[in-house]
Amino acid sequence: MINLRSILQQIIMSNDIQIKNGLTINLKGAPENIVKKASFPKSVSINPLNFHLITPKLVVKVGDKVKMGDVVFYSKKNPEIKFCSPVSGTISDIVRGAKRKILEILIDSDNNQNIKKHKISKIDSYLRNDVLDLLLNSGCWPFIKQRPYDIIANPNDTPKSIFISAVSSAPIAADIEIILNDQKEEFKAGLNVLNKLTDGDLNVCIEKNHNSFIQEIDNISIHNVSGLHPAGNVGVQIHHIDPVNSGEKVWILGAEDVAIIGKLFLTGIYEPTRTIAVSGPPVKYPQYYKTIVGSKLSNIISDAGISANDNLRFINGDVLTGYSVDKDSYLGFYNNTLSVLREGNHYRMFGWIPFINNKVPSIYKTSFSWLFSNKKYDLDTNLNGEERALVVTGEMEDVFPMDIFPMQLLKECMSGNIEKMENLGIYEVAPEDFALIDYSSSSKIEAQKIIREGLDLMVSEVG
Amino acid sequence: MNIRKILDTVKKPFGKGEKFEKYAPAVNAFDTFLFVPNHTTKHGAHIRDAVDLKRTMITVILALLPALFYGIYNTGFQYYSQLDTSFTTIDAIIHGSIKIVPMIAVSYIVGLAIEFAFAIYRGHEVNEGYLVTGLLIPMIMPVDIPLWMVGLSVAFAVLIGKEAFGGTGMNILNPALTARAFAFFAYPTYMSGNKVWVSEASNIDGVSGETILGMLASGESTIPYDVSQMFYGAIPGSIAETSTLMVVIGAFILIFTGVGSWRIMLGSVIGAAVTGLLFNLWGANELMNFSWFNHLIVGGFAFGVVFMATDPVSAAQTTKGKWIYGILVGLFCILIRVFNPAYPEGVMLAILLMNVFAPTIDHYVIESNIKKRLNRKLNSNLNVA
Repeated sequence: MINLRSILQQIIMSNDIQIKNGLTINLKGAPENIVKKASFPKSVSINPLNFHLITPKLVVKVGDKVKMGDVVFYSKKNPEIKFCSPVSGTISDIVRGAKRKILEILIDSDNNQNIKKHKISKIDSYLRNDVLDLLLNSGCWPFIKQRPYDIIANPNDTPKSIFISAVSSAPIAADIEIILNDQKEEFKAGLNVLNKLTDGDLNVCIEKNHNSFIQEIDNISIHNVSGLHPAGNVGVQIHHIDPVNSGEKVWILGAEDVAIIGKLFLTGIYEPTRTIAVSGPPVKYPQYYKTIVGSKLSNIISDAGISANDNLRFINGDVLTGYSVDKDSYLGFYNNTLSVLREGNHYRMFGWIPFINNKVPSIYKTSFSWLFSNKKYDLDTNLNGEERALVVTGEMEDVFPMDIFPMQLLKECMSGNIEKMENLGIYEVAPEDFALIDYSSSSKIEAQKIIREGLDLMVSEVG
Repeated sequence: MNIRKILDTVKKPFGKGEKFEKYAPAVNAFDTFLFVPNHTTKHGAHIRDAVDLKRTMITVILALLPALFYGIYNTGFQYYSQLDTSFTTIDAIIHGSIKIVPMIAVSYIVGLAIEFAFAIYRGHEVNEGYLVTGLLIPMIMPVDIPLWMVGLSVAFAVLIGKEAFGGTGMNILNPALTARAFAFFAYPTYMSGNKVWVSEASNIDGVSGETILGMLASGESTIPYDVSQMFYGAIPGSIAETSTLMVVIGAFILIFTGVGSWRIMLGSVIGAAVTGLLFNLWGANELMNFSWFNHLIVGGFAFGVVFMATDPVSAAQTTKGKWIYGILVGLFCILIRVFNPAYPEGVMLAILLMNVFAPTIDHYVIESNIKKRLNRKLNSNLNVA
C-alpha cells in the first residue's frame, strides 16, 4: 500500500520541475500585455548566420521575383533542408562578407503578395514521411532544432522525444502565452503534426500554477515548471525529464513556431509571422508587435518610443542569449524578443568597491541591492570589470541547474578534449544554458562562446 | 571627469601600437583601480553582474581587517605585558603598528613588483589575487621575523608557489601558506620556540612567550590562560591568528557576502571537533587531553580555516569535494598537533597537505558524476532493447 502510494507520488512529481539553482534578473522595461500590428515591412532579410553550421546554396539572384514560400537557398550539406521567403517581392541585395560568405539576403516586399500554396489534406491522414516532405519543402524545417549541439535537426534522424518550452523565464523576454493567444488552433494543429515525427513523448513544458489553454490539449505530455531562470530553457527541462545520452537525439521547437507549422498544415501556406516583444530599460512603450520573421527593425522601434539617437544596443533575442544588431538591421529567424539596452561604454570611478555603487545588482551581497529584491534595474552593457583567470569556484554551480560540472566542462571545451567533454555531459548543454554563467562570472569569462566552440568541435569530430 | 582626462593623457604612450605598449598592464592596473573600465560585453550575455575579482578580493581584505587590527593591538599588548609596565591601548597600537606596518609594506612591494613583472612579461593584466596574499603573509608570521625574511618568503611564494605553475588560478598550494612554510623550514629559529611570539621577547630575559600549543607539546598541563582569553585572543601567537572572535567576524563577512565557502569552513570545524573529541576520549598526552573546543580557538586553526583553506584556487572546487576537503583539513590539523610535537601548530601543514590532495578529491567526485551518466546511457539502451 505504501509502495503504491510512493509510486503514484513519483508519477505525479515527475511532471513537476522546480529550479532552485538559477537567477531572476529584474530589469526595467518588461513588455506589457499589449499586442499591436506593425505596418507591413517594406524590406525583409533572411540571415544565413541565424542557421548555425548551415552553408547556404542560393537558388535566387538579385532582381529575381519570389513568392511568399518560394525557396531562397538550401543547405549545401543537406539539400532537402530549404529556406524560403517570408514575403513576396524582389530580391534586392545579397550581402557578402569575407571569402564571399553570404551574410544576408534582402527582399523588397510588394504589398499584394503572391503566395505559394502547398497541397494539403487532413492532418490525421498524414504519414510520417508526408509530414517530413511538407515540412522540408515548405521551409518550416529550420524551426526544428536538435539537442545535442543546438543546430537544425537532421531529417534523417528519428528523435527519442520532442520538447517545446512554453515557459519564459529569461529577463524581460516575451511571454509565450501572450504570443500564442490568437493562434491556439494553429498551435494545437502543429502539435498534432509533430506527434507523427517521434515514437516517444511530445513534451510541452508550461508554467506551474498558470492557467494555460495548453493544459487541455490531448496526446501530449505536459510538465509544470517553476522556479528561477533558466527554468524556461528547454535544455534544462530535457535534462530533468528525458536527458540526452550520447547517440540520442531530441528535437526542440519554439512554441510560436509550432503555430507556424500548424498554420501550414491547416492552410497550405508558409506564413512565418512573429509576435515580437520589444523590451528593455530605454524602451518607452515596451509591448508586443505582430510582424513577419526577418522584418526591418525600424518598422517597430520608432513606434515603441525608442530614440534613434541614443547610444543603444539592439539585441535579437533576450539580453542573456541574443546577438546584437545595428538599428538599421532586421529581426532574426528565431527570436521572439527584441531587447534594447543602453551601451555601457563609460568609466565608473571606484565602481568596483563593494557597497558603493548599488545601481548594478550582484549575486554576491557586495552591494546593497540584496535589500531590495523587487527593485527593477536599468542595466547597461558595461562589463563591470575586466576578464581575468578563473579564480572563484562554486559561483557557476549556483546558477546552473543541471547535474553537470559547468566549470570542468568549460575547461575541457577550452582544451578541446573530446572524450572528457562527452563524459562531462556536452550532449546535454547548449550555449544558452551557460548564459547566467556569463552574467555572474567574477572572472568575466565568455562561457556561451566557449560552449558553442566546444559543440562545433563535437559536430566536426563526432557528428 | 578631469582625472579621467589626465589619465587618458598619461596612458597615451602605452596604447596599442605606441612606444611603451609592452608596459600597459602596469599602467592599466592603476587605472582600473581608479575607474571601472568602459569595456562593454562583446560575446555572450549582454548584461553582467557587478562583481569582478577586484570586488571579490577587496571583500576578503575587509574580512581580514578585524583580525589585522586586533593583531596590531595584541602585538603591543603582549610586548608591554611582559615588561610589567603600565600602558594604554594607544601605546599598544603604536607599538604594534611600528612592528607590523613595515612588514605589510615589504610584502606588498616585493610581491606586487614580481606580479607586475610577470604581467608585463606574459602580456596579461595584473591579477588582483596578490592583494589578499600580500596581506595574509605578514598576518601569519611571528612578529619578530626580520623584514628581509618576509621579503624572501614572499618572493619564494610568488615565484615558486604561483608563477612557476602558470600564475593566478593555476597554483596548487596556497601562496600565503607557501611563504610561511618556506620561512618555517628555512629559518626555524625565527619561526618556533618560546621567544618568537611576543615582540622583543628574545631581547628580554626570563620571560616566556610560548604559545599555548607549544606549552602543551612540551608537556605542560597548566595553561596560564582561560577560555575567554583564548577566544578573544590576548595570547601569544602569529600576528593575526590569536583572536578567534575577530576571525569569526571575518568568517561572517565572507559567508554573508558569498565570497568564502561556508562548506569548507563548516567542514573543517566538524572535522576538527570530531577528531578532537575522539582524542579527548583517548587522552594519552597533554594535547589529547586538551578540550576539543579549545583546539578550535587556539593557534591558527580558526584563521587558517576561514582565510586559507577557503582559497578557491588551491581548495577543492566541487561542492561535494569542498565538504570532504574541509573535514580532512580539520582532521589532519588536530592529528598533526597531537602526534607531532615538533609542529605543535598543525593547521598550516594540514591545509598544504589537503591543497595537494584537493585535485584528487575533485577527481573522484567528478568520476562519480561521469559514472552516473554512463549508467544512465546503459539503462536507456536496455529500455530500448
